[in-house]
Amino acid sequence: MKTRVVRVTDWTSPVPPVYREVRAATPEAPEGKPPLLFVPGFGHGAWVFAEHWLEHAASRAFPAHAVSLRGHGGSGPAPKATLRAYAHDVVQVAASLPRQAVLVGHGAGALVVAHALARYPARAGVLVAPVFGGWGTLGAALRRNPVGTLPAVFGGALRLNHRQLFSRELPDAAARDYASRLGRASSRAQWQLLRHRAPEPAVGNPPLLVLGSPDDRVVPPAALTRAAGRYGAAPLLFPGMGHDMMLDARWREPIDAILDWLDKDL
Amino acid sequence: MSTFSDQESHESSATLWRDGRPVYDRGGTVCVIGAGASGLTAIKNLKEYGFGADCYERETGVGGAWNWRHDRSPVYASTHLISSKPLTEYPDFPMPDNWPDYPHHSQLLSYLEQYADHFDLRPHIWFGTEVVRVEPADGDRWDVTTRSTGGYGAERTSRYAAVVVANGHNWSPKLPAYEGLDEFRGQVIHASAYKDATQLRGKRVLVVGAGNTGCDIAVEAGQQAARCWHSTRRGYWYAPKYAFGRPADQVGDAAGAYRLPLRVRQWMFHQMLKLTVGDLTRFGLPRPDHKVFETHPIVNSHLVHSIGHGSITPVPDVARFRRNSVTLVDGQEVEPDLVVLATGYLPRFEFLAPEVLGIDTSGRPALYLNAFPRRHPTLAVAGLLQPDSGLFPIVHWQTVAIARWLRLRENAPDRARAFTARVDAEAGTRWHSAKVKESTRHWFEIGHIDYLRALQRTLDELEVPA
Ligand SMILES: Cc1cc2nc3c(=O)[nH]c(=O)nc-3n(C[C@H](O)[C@H](O)[C@H](O)COP(=O)(O)OP(=O)(O)OC[C@H]3O[C@@H](n4cnc5c(N)ncnc54)[C@H](O)[C@@H]3O)c2cc1C
Ligand SMILES: NC(=O)c1ccc[n+]([C@@H]2O[C@H](COP(=O)([O-])OP(=O)(O)OC[C@H]3O[C@@H](n4cnc5c(N)ncnc54)[C@H](OP(=O)(O)O)[C@@H]3O)[C@@H](O)[C@H]2O)c1
Repeated sequence: MKTRVVRVTDWTSPVPPVYREVRAATPEAPEGKPPLLFVPGFGHGAWVFAEHWLEHAASRAFPAHAVSLRGHGGSGPAPKATLRAYAHDVVQVAASLPRQAVLVGHGAGALVVAHALARYPARAGVLVAPVFGGWGTLGAALRRNPVGTLPAVFGGALRLNHRQLFSRELPDAAARDYASRLGRASSRAQWQLLRHRAPEPAVGNPPLLVLGSPDDRVVPPAALTRAAGRYGAAPLLFPGMGHDMMLDARWREPIDAILDWLDKDL
Repeated sequence: MSTFSDQESHESSATLWRDGRPVYDRGGTVCVIGAGASGLTAIKNLKEYGFGADCYERETGVGGAWNWRHDRSPVYASTHLISSKPLTEYPDFPMPDNWPDYPHHSQLLSYLEQYADHFDLRPHIWFGTEVVRVEPADGDRWDVTTRSTGGYGAERTSRYAAVVVANGHNWSPKLPAYEGLDEFRGQVIHASAYKDATQLRGKRVLVVGAGNTGCDIAVEAGQQAARCWHSTRRGYWYAPKYAFGRPADQVGDAAGAYRLPLRVRQWMFHQMLKLTVGDLTRFGLPRPDHKVFETHPIVNSHLVHSIGHGSITPVPDVARFRRNSVTLVDGQEVEPDLVVLATGYLPRFEFLAPEVLGIDTSGRPALYLNAFPRRHPTLAVAGLLQPDSGLFPIVHWQTVAIARWLRLRENAPDRARAFTARVDAEAGTRWHSAKVKESTRHWFEIGHIDYLRALQRTLDELEVPA
């Protein structure tokens, strides 16, 4: 697909501003590494990265930030938000950072990042357990969690349960606690996850890394391979982990792999 | 910030010579002239396509026209954008969404500074360094001669693979000649010397010209001066900043997107103006001698308002100056203390031989897409555009096209030949569906959608094989 330069929608219906929650961890001794911007998936807020990944990245000298998409976490309400508004949130925060940022999207946040990459030349893109949507995703979700998924089909909230999100290695209490803190994306955005135009091509030719788990119960292995294939790569796999890799018991392994890749490739 | 002497120490020693003087070989590096909005995006996009870039900037900071500290900056204290934010920002680096629809010039400067820092452009820029000569060298390369701004210090020549000229075209005043101007006892300044309203306070002021500058200054004079006459040599369409509660350019583009024929768009715009601004001849303004879109758009909601309040008196063109007065073409005499010539700017490329850009006797260059000259494939001009919208998105894509072109020349010479042929055939073509009025101010006038559609075809054609 070609990059289109006549962008009437961008010009004539700008996304309205909103208060955006940004959590950050800064390295003690900055070494000039690029800032990271973590983008949570639907229902998740910036807090999911503030649990472990932000501090860990900062301890490895990466300035680390996480944004809550509008309507999520501590950001302002946005019951009618679209995928475009979410991508706008990501680009706004990225452009406000002092240096060109690496965008890291998780779950449906990876799709948001893919859209943001078409509007901001990121230093690199990282897609973690990407949910690129489509009817297959719905099928898998219905099979695993019909009670939590069915209402979403009729505009209600998509409720992911802790067994979909975490491996059994994470103590049950922690898993239930995390799951209880989840919110929801707007109904429009939920629908767009099923039916949306493919993201426009990334600008600035950033290197891309895709990672996930073969045991993810939200993203079937085939969907993971397909998402990685869009970027001409094979996914980096972390067997045994659940979908929410940044909260799961072995959260350290994927973030270290991401930071190693950035240290090596940038 | 880098200084001239840093550069000397890091560079390779001279191995080439020109007219008995050493020339420093910068290999495949591209030279960018100017670090305004156009030069900055040129550096960024050249970097993105893997080029090294050396930028020379005669001032000590980035931002060009938007940096009010620069002695050549044409902005005055009250300058706000006339193109609304979404039509003005770079397409891959938005302005903060909580800024107003029409930000202030100081916000534009901080935006450009943030852009330069974000993409780490400053290490590429040699500040306080002026380009004095750009001359063709063997193998389609260029010898660029620089010196410290102001003329002191030694000259230095470096050889580049390509040059992107981004020196701006809104800094060299266009000064009309008037009979009797020498004997006039009042003060006469060009708008470029107008900085803030203290210059007007208590004076009788005549403002000449109704570009956006002339209209802004007339409005300020209407508020601050003892008297304000506003002289125009034709009638214009004065568009408001808002129509139906939305920035007017956004309303216009929402309609423009439907590829409606020009006449239909003109009719719609006339209707919009009739509803929002009304019949201007009632206010004593001349009837426009052209259809809308045939002159560079004026966007000013205050002017008509001020005329309606009697604080601005519209008058016709100046016939001549006298010792204590100015005679207008209708025979009227006015007696201003201060005359502000808001008569616009002329392009100037003092460092290039005119034939390189195909400049004719009137001073107008002939370029394809206002960027590519004939016969000089490794030279391009960025930002030589007067769009009916914001400039940054257009110059962004223009510099992407330049970067792609320079890559394609190396990687796919066959495809490059087809493009060269078109540059030769179409240099000088205008990119505006309306027939704009003949005036130096319209040399670079483009319809942004017409131009971007043409640029889209070029971008696709120049797409670089991975
Ligand atoms: C009053 C006013 C208001 C405007 N409002 C708008 C608006 O609302 N929206 C919009 O999109 N545009 C507006 N413009 C147009 C404005 O010119 C552009 O937005 C933009 O600033 C052009 O950028 P540029 O880089 O092409 O040129 P400039 O900003 O002029 O930058 C050129 C740079 O090149 C440097 N330079 C020149 N010659 C040399 C040399 N020989 N050696 C080294 N360096 C050199 C200069 O010092 C300067 O920094 C306005 C212009 C004016 C005058
Ligand atoms: N953001 C803002 O608020 C803002 C403010 C100012 C300027 N700008 C931009 O800056 C650029 C330059 O604008 P500008 O207003 O300085 O210049 P301009 O658009 O070139 O306008 C010059 C005006 O002077 C008149 N004029 C020129 N020569 C004349 C002569 N010999 N005798 C009588 N009248 C003469 C022109 O009339 P004709 O039409 O007959 O040629 C025109 O009305 C434009 O792109 C403009 O949009 C933006």
